[in-house]
Amino acid sequence: MAKELLKGNVAFAEAAIRNGLQAYFGYPITPQSEALEHLSGRMLELNRVFLQAESEVAAINMVYGAACSGVRVMTSTSGPGFSLMTEGLSYIAGSEVPVVVVNMMRGGPGLGNIQPSQADYFLMVKTAGHGDFHPLVLAPANIQELIDMMGLAFELAEKYRTLVYIAGDGAIGQMMESAELPPMQEVRQERPAWATTGAKGRKPNLITSLYLGAKPLEEVNLRLQKKLAEIKANEIRWQEYETEDAELLLVAYGTVGRICTSVMHEARKQGLKVGLLRPQTLWPFPKPRIHELAGQVRGVLVSEMSAGQMLDDVQRSVAGRCPVKFYGRMGGVVPMVDEILAEVQKLDKEVSR
Amino acid sequence: MTADIKIPEDMELVYEYPKSMAKTYMHYCPGCPHSILHRLVAEVIDELGIREKCIGVAPVGCSVLIYNYFDVDFVEAAHGRAPAMATGLKRTNPDKIVFTYQGDGDMAAIGTAEALHAANRSERISTIFVNNAIYGMTGGQMAPTTLPGMVTTSTPFGRDVRLAGYPVPMSELLAQTKGAVYITRQMATDLASIRKTKKAIKRAFMAQIADLGYSSVEVLSSCNTNWNMDPWEALKWVKENMVPYFPLGTFKMTDEVKALKVK
Repeated sequence: MAKELLKGNVAFAEAAIRNGLQAYFGYPITPQSEALEHLSGRMLELNRVFLQAESEVAAINMVYGAACSGVRVMTSTSGPGFSLMTEGLSYIAGSEVPVVVVNMMRGGPGLGNIQPSQADYFLMVKTAGHGDFHPLVLAPANIQELIDMMGLAFELAEKYRTLVYIAGDGAIGQMMESAELPPMQEVRQERPAWATTGAKGRKPNLITSLYLGAKPLEEVNLRLQKKLAEIKANEIRWQEYETEDAELLLVAYGTVGRICTSVMHEARKQGLKVGLLRPQTLWPFPKPRIHELAGQVRGVLVSEMSAGQMLDDVQRSVAGRCPVKFYGRMGGVVPMVDEILAEVQKLDKEVSR
Repeated sequence: MTADIKIPEDMELVYEYPKSMAKTYMHYCPGCPHSILHRLVAEVIDELGIREKCIGVAPVGCSVLIYNYFDVDFVEAAHGRAPAMATGLKRTNPDKIVFTYQGDGDMAAIGTAEALHAANRSERISTIFVNNAIYGMTGGQMAPTTLPGMVTTSTPFGRDVRLAGYPVPMSELLAQTKGAVYITRQMATDLASIRKTKKAIKRAFMAQIADLGYSSVEVLSSCNTNWNMDPWEALKWVKENMVPYFPLGTFKMTDEVKALKVK
């Protein structure tokens, strides 16, 4: 496949189609609506299921229903819509059906605005919804990675029968850049044995998140936690740049992670030995590697488009091994290279040996 | 539970346990019509020969455990979201029969939007909507269909319409949508009305089999426990107090649905 100029929202929608997406249910919300628009035509052309729901509440419950029938299904939204979906997400987690949700984060709280943001980190990573569960959260930093993560998201969702979120932001959704789409994959015809598709020649299947007894529900939770531990052990992903000789470490994800590669190069030009760690999974978090690097560097700078949410996880990972500083912008403001660079220089002075 | 009894060859089988029902005890209070309504649904599924094609969507409310009593595939929805979940199931299984079984809180309060839009889209699903004017499972609070003046655990002075509004005429609302093909209100208080209810449920399922669109069968029911009555008194109360407010009848039936031969 050749590279083509693609808008983020269209790119992930088309990537999902090519990865065998069978059903999509969603509700328009900026800055993600182009995905729904793209799917509204393509899915019908391909004789697959597309439906514009009456709300995000309905959309996620339609997704839940479709997931119970064992098809590859997803939805996409942005902050306010994601908030509405949290009810359904908790039920999906409790029922252990595979679902993929893309959230192109925008400025909040409340109606906020439609500029890029990373302020839904807590909402997405620290369990969106009631009860003990963790979704697997992927964080792309460019459109090629967004495309590649769609396939990965479905694969992981189905492998573990779990929720997978893609944590994008308005910039990734709206930006155009050249990227390569995957080849068209055949839509899977067979349904998994656990799916509710009519009890033909077998015992009835039941998909529920209801367990009235305390003991049975604790057992379900223990099983869930065991699975999450397995995900934690196997699915941590990150990218590292120039960490070999790094004395200062930048930690940033998504759009800010990408900006920080420029910060790192600029800092290196000025003779500062700066490395970058960019988490590609926000849950599970690359805690062991950050902990290891914290023993090597003099200080860590975390940058986010939020008041400092991933910062909590970085601090836990560093666990006091070196100072951790933060630079963030909020309300849809994207931090510029020179702003973050100034913070790197400040950190360098503060932690000089 | 029940032992399978061998019928002697010289005897005719006139009544049996529906094949679509699981052989087990129900958790419902003595006098609760849910068990009757479950049985009607199971009989209809048997008679239409669709047990292996059925996917039920369970609600939140007293019938939250309905799946324990049926021998068909089931999913458990969040409160009020059964029509949305049914939509997801039906759209991805267009050749299967998807039904929701919902209470008044599910249909006429928390899930009004989902129900109305499923009807409006003419989703090929069938809804059994049990209206007993009260929240049974949570302990007898006001339902959207609680009658004016009715005392519940959350309207201790009786439902004051200035404070809590009026009972929601859900079937009348659903009938307004272009997508609904069959909207009816029945009751299940005596043999005749139970038979009529069964026929309505059958028509709703047949409408789905014929791919005609959305159907809902509302059934006026009783809750002797939370109404603080004995079962007979409660059934009488349905006829005397609920029926005047929620008139029985069919509010919408397209010609195609009317043409269905319901035996």
